[in-house]
Amino acid sequence: MGKRVLLIEDEPNIIEAVRFILSRDGWHVDTHSDGATAMAAVAHRMPDVIILDAMLPNRSGFEILRDLRGQDDTRNLPVLMLTARGQTKDRERAEEAGVSDYMTKPFSNSDVLERVRALAGD
Amino acid sequence: MNSFSTSVPGGTRSLAGTRIRERRIAMGKKQSALAREVGISSSYLNLIEHNRRRIAGKLLLDIAGALETDAALLADGAEVSLLNDLRAAAMAAQAAPELETTEEFAGRYPAWAGVIAEQGRKIEALENTVSALSDRLAHDPFLSASLHEMLSMVTSIRSSASILTGPDPVEAIWQDRFHKNIMEDAVRLGDASQALVTYLDAPQSGPSSNSTPLEELESYLGAREFYLPNVEAGGEPTGFEGTAQGKALLDRYAARLRDEAARVPTDTLLAMVRQEGLDPLRLTHALGVPMQTVLRRLAQIPLHGRKVGLVECDASGTLTLRRSLEGFPLPRYGDACALWPLFGALSRPHMPIAAALRSLGAKGETLRGYAVAAPDAATAYGQDPILRSTMLLVPVEDPGSDALDVGMSCRVCPKEACPARREPSILADGF
Repeated sequence: MGKRVLLIEDEPNIIEAVRFILSRDGWHVDTHSDGATAMAAVAHRMPDVIILDAMLPNRSGFEILRDLRGQDDTRNLPVLMLTARGQTKDRERAEEAGVSDYMTKPFSNSDVLERVRALAGD
Repeated sequence: MNSFSTSVPGGTRSLAGTRIRERRIAMGKKQSALAREVGISSSYLNLIEHNRRRIAGKLLLDIAGALETDAALLADGAEVSLLNDLRAAAMAAQAAPELETTEEFAGRYPAWAGVIAEQGRKIEALENTVSALSDRLAHDPFLSASLHEMLSMVTSIRSSASILTGPDPVEAIWQDRFHKNIMEDAVRLGDASQALVTYLDAPQSGPSSNSTPLEELESYLGAREFYLPNVEAGGEPTGFEGTAQGKALLDRYAARLRDEAARVPTDTLLAMVRQEGLDPLRLTHALGVPMQTVLRRLAQIPLHGRKVGLVECDASGTLTLRRSLEGFPLPRYGDACALWPLFGALSRPHMPIAAALRSLGAKGETLRGYAVAAPDAATAYGQDPILRSTMLLVPVEDPGSDALDVGMSCRVCPKEACPARREPSILADGF
């Protein structure tokens, strides 16, 4: 059985494209769009890798990342964060919050695949 | 610090005797020669130079004359604030000039020292502005969110297009889906780009976004709906938070307002509007004042809940005052639409102009624009008049069929085949 990715992103067409390319690569992809309930989605079905957008409705990706790093079962969970290109402060905030890796939008499909594979240890 | 210096609030400042000694040595004059010139003994001058004797009056004037400098400079030295500014300028430049000679420099070349100090202050102010503008990207929530949203759309388009054009086959149903997504995102991206460009070009509200004295003034006036009853009554504007340059503009604005409000009091104007309607030319005749005064005053009073806009410019076309109106944004940097009656009036001084306008912005507003240009009062014979133009914008339900389509500025105006266009529109021609 393939590994599981949780994509926390609120842009539906990005969700569709990323889900397509990861699914085609053999991953199980769960998605979630609301920052406020993202932690519950993680707890519901623990993923192998999280792709987390920095800017989400109701709660930012940085806050979610801090919560993830504050809990024993998710402290070391690989998190790939998506930030906007040029937002240097976002990258700094992500690193301070304990991100595993980050990509700036716009990113390429091959980048997503490579980084998710690397984070999952494949 | 040497043994002849003393500490004063604001910095180290040497004494008069020290300044005399420094000046004398700098001139290459011997102590005995100076003493002889001013009619005292070398030993007494030595005591003065070592600050063991007070010096004032005629002797100070004589020594200053012999040293070809100003007595006040010897007695008081350079201004402490000037010295501090010079030292701050040196520190900011991360240079290593001879800081111990700062006072001597300021004393010998006060005008040049003033120039350096002023430039130091300007550089600091500019650096603060640059810092504020750089910071804006990170801290302006609208800008940050817009940027993220646009990049997300670009990401989506790029990902979808990569899937469609990649080497792996894609089922027809997915092809249709991704084509649809690309189309959707392309449309949204265009809308978001237009919104962002409009936002960046329009004046911002709130003091944090002010980058010029004019924006500070407009922010102050905007927060008060341009209505300053205490100034109209002869008082000074209060509660201004901004730069000295912004305050200077506000003071000038307030002086003119006091003068014009005395000639056209708010109550009188409101009564005339009720009687004559909102027609600036009729009001001009009824009140017996210049039309530009009426245009300004109409934008400075609570007009029975009606919102109006006001723009002023000088003969170069530079906007010198802006009161924005919803649906008719005014450009931040002055590159306004050349079709505005404001500019037409400049070529016909004293001729009142009224024109029906239709704004081509996203929230297009229909208005009547009233404009007139007039020269400032002459201050000298034979001097070319300084021409200024004023335009009042009044929203109307029906501007009439002959309404002129106008934009904010060429860059964000979609109007095609415009004879006044200065540069291509990024909206009409696409990114």
